[in-house]
Amino acid sequence: MSYDLVVIGSGPGGYEGAIRASQNGLKVAIVEREALGGICLNWGCIPAKALLKSAEVYDKLHHLEDYGLSASNPGYDFEKVIQRSRGVTKTMSGGVAYLMKKNKIDVIEGSAVLEPGKDAPKVVVTLKAGGIQTVEAKNVMLAVGARAREIPAIGAVSDGERIWTYRNALAPKSQPKSLIIIGSGAIGIEFASFYKALGTEVTVVEAMDRILPVEDHEVSAEALKAFKKRGINFRISAKVTKIEKPAKGVAVHVEVAGKSEILAAEGCIVAVGIVANTDGIGLEKLGVEMDRGHVKNDSHGKTNVKGLYAIGDCAGPPWLAHKASHEAVHAADYMAGRKLSNLNPPIPGCTYATPEVASVGITEQAAKEQKLDVKIGRFPFRANGRAVASSETLGFVKVIFEKKTGALLGAHMIGANVTEMVQGFCLAITMEATEEDLQGTVFPHPTMSEAILEASLDADGRVINT
Amino acid sequence: MTDILMPALSPTMEEGILAKWHVKVGDTVSAGDVIAEIETDKATMEVEAVDEGTIEAILIEAGTEGVKVNTPIARLAGEGGSAAPAPQKVAEPAKTEAPKAEVATVAAAPAPVSAPAVTSGARVAASPLARRLAEINKLDLKLLKGTGPHGRVIKRDIEEALKSGAGKAGSAPAAAASSEPRKAQSLEQLGIAPGSYDLVPLDGMRKVIARRLTDSFRDIPHFPLTIDIEIDNLLAARAKINTALESQGVKVSVNDIVIKAVALALKQVPEANASFTPEGIAMHHNADIAMAVAIDGGLITPIIRKAETKSLAQIARETKDLAGRARDRKLKPEEFQGGTFSVSNLGMFGIKQFASIINEPQGCILSVGAGEQRPVVKGGQLAVATVMTVTLTCDHRVVDGSIGAKYITALKDLLQDPIKMLA
Repeated sequence: MSYDLVVIGSGPGGYEGAIRASQNGLKVAIVEREALGGICLNWGCIPAKALLKSAEVYDKLHHLEDYGLSASNPGYDFEKVIQRSRGVTKTMSGGVAYLMKKNKIDVIEGSAVLEPGKDAPKVVVTLKAGGIQTVEAKNVMLAVGARAREIPAIGAVSDGERIWTYRNALAPKSQPKSLIIIGSGAIGIEFASFYKALGTEVTVVEAMDRILPVEDHEVSAEALKAFKKRGINFRISAKVTKIEKPAKGVAVHVEVAGKSEILAAEGCIVAVGIVANTDGIGLEKLGVEMDRGHVKNDSHGKTNVKGLYAIGDCAGPPWLAHKASHEAVHAADYMAGRKLSNLNPPIPGCTYATPEVASVGITEQAAKEQKLDVKIGRFPFRANGRAVASSETLGFVKVIFEKKTGALLGAHMIGANVTEMVQGFCLAITMEATEEDLQGTVFPHPTMSEAILEASLDADGRVINT
Repeated sequence: MTDILMPALSPTMEEGILAKWHVKVGDTVSAGDVIAEIETDKATMEVEAVDEGTIEAILIEAGTEGVKVNTPIARLAGEGGSAAPAPQKVAEPAKTEAPKAEVATVAAAPAPVSAPAVTSGARVAASPLARRLAEINKLDLKLLKGTGPHGRVIKRDIEEALKSGAGKAGSAPAAAASSEPRKAQSLEQLGIAPGSYDLVPLDGMRKVIARRLTDSFRDIPHFPLTIDIEIDNLLAARAKINTALESQGVKVSVNDIVIKAVALALKQVPEANASFTPEGIAMHHNADIAMAVAIDGGLITPIIRKAETKSLAQIARETKDLAGRARDRKLKPEEFQGGTFSVSNLGMFGIKQFASIINEPQGCILSVGAGEQRPVVKGGQLAVATVMTVTLTCDHRVVDGSIGAKYITALKDLLQDPIKMLA
């Protein structure tokens, strides 16, 4: 069987790219070595959000008095919380199987290795069911994703028992009484938020001088305050030098401001970034150009090898599902010769903790580094009617415009529901909105989204409600 | 009451076939409605109503051959009866009945433009940021090509324009010389007295034509290759094809056959289906043929995509549809942007031979002259054949002389012996 496109990896990049290619009339196969939907559906975005929802609801039960409500003995069953999360992934993965069938995409279960081929590299699959299948296609799309980075030199390697990566942390056998989380990016903070909500003693260790280091400074500061208030411990500007496994639990050696400290806990989660799954799939032999461990691609996903595309995590940061989907769908359109618009949409980032954090575009610091002349607006949720009515007054919206052109450069939010609100800013930036467009838009009242309008007005000193 | 006269498709046209009526007696028509189709050996053209009114009588039946130019073909009762203007129409036939005679389905001028057809005064689709940037940089959005969704001008287009110097509004500085028509000395300086002429303001399309063709003619090393093609077989084949297609209501023109042959020849000589880019020569996968169509105030080049895969009937339907909508300025940008090869046909005007200007970024453009009976020598004997002269203008950066010759020979082979198109 010869295909127009073989996609390797069925994560949110691979499977969506496969569907779009099929919509474009290409004959498509997709190779998956584990479960349809990849990390996102099975061991990432989706199961984590299931856990976090349980945590959020449980957390609310402790603040019922805010709403004039009461309940006696709110409780939880850790096993059931985990089971629910696993059930959600099963539903979602089944959905991908249906989509593959609906779009007449052949699913090949097995591990792929690339070999030199005619139009594009040949895909040699060691089938799960046994045997080897060689698949030839006009195009090959690498959508092999990434996995948690481990650092053997300091003992930061998952053993599945006491030292975890996100995978272990999503489906543990039991709830640890205490956890040390190394890394305060979105993954580290989400696990901190989840486990803390269920009563685990959590300490987050961050090497940089602030948590959520990719976010705007003000958001990092507000988040730190909020999480500390929830009882999460932090070690900032702290370097982990060694992780030991004494008789029980873990001992994490850290250096803070030149002083050494040993943190003890039942377990720890290593959340210090990712490595691309680019090893052992024949890329060296093909002479695929790499860039710091990632496959190098151009703006259409093309690599330096004829017929070979790479998208998503394996092709570089940001390591986010929606970035992978966008790249894959774009590449599938490109290879089908469809007209592509020149849009260069920014990639939003979300952290689904309590409180939530969401942002798109550049931070104030980045604007300074780029020597952009900007005007900045802010609006706190405590001045927003809906937020007050909902007892969700924590956080704010911050918006950054270029002074001369009014171009919306970045938006940064922390608070309840902000991950659902950031899309308004995404659309605005993609459509090249200016401050006038945001200021002239009618936002529904009362909603927390009015903070977007107010922050935009604040950039010109014309805020109404503070 | 107004007589509608048989229009002239070209200055030399004396008679034509009244192929079809789109209206019947008693129908109300308004200006711009298609009322009939006229056919010559080269083109099928739609006749539009110029005035509004009711069709009072149809004077020439559909299917009548040899209808002399300026013969009344129908009678229109104007809204106000006698109020309908009846100036000396016989002296000015084209003015009343065929003001757009040049807008024959395949009529063309040698200078096609695949750029946005901008109607002056029309709102230009642009993002808010693009608008702001255009204002700050004093760019005329109407002159810019939008690459965003639905041809919207976006930030990147402005940045490109600033780099290339395109789209400068008003005072074109010396730096923008590469994109604006050369600033000539004023007419007064050249001795033409003020008041001795009327000045027609440049609209968006005229500016785009001026800019693109100036750029192309100045910057592209181009050369023409000319060849004669005998088309008696082709005309015979066309007659048979049209008889066969009659029931489907499709009329294939010579130009439709030329478009098909052009595409098939490009498949034989793919080097001629190419574009120069600084990164390399883009070898196009499909033969997307742009056909130059003259429209009111300029011209535009709608595209027959993948013409090599289409039947003549399909091409005929598409050329008719595209030309019609081109005239109404109803083409979508994707319908006139991105062709890989252009065809311009001035045959219906009796032009014998001409060399078009390269339609960037295409590597070649074919100029098609009139088919006419000429003496030819066959086997040492003088004979008469219908001969059509075509000229291929080549971008030498992409198409060298030998490639161009190879291509035009392949094209000649197909057109002289159209049965080969079936092979």
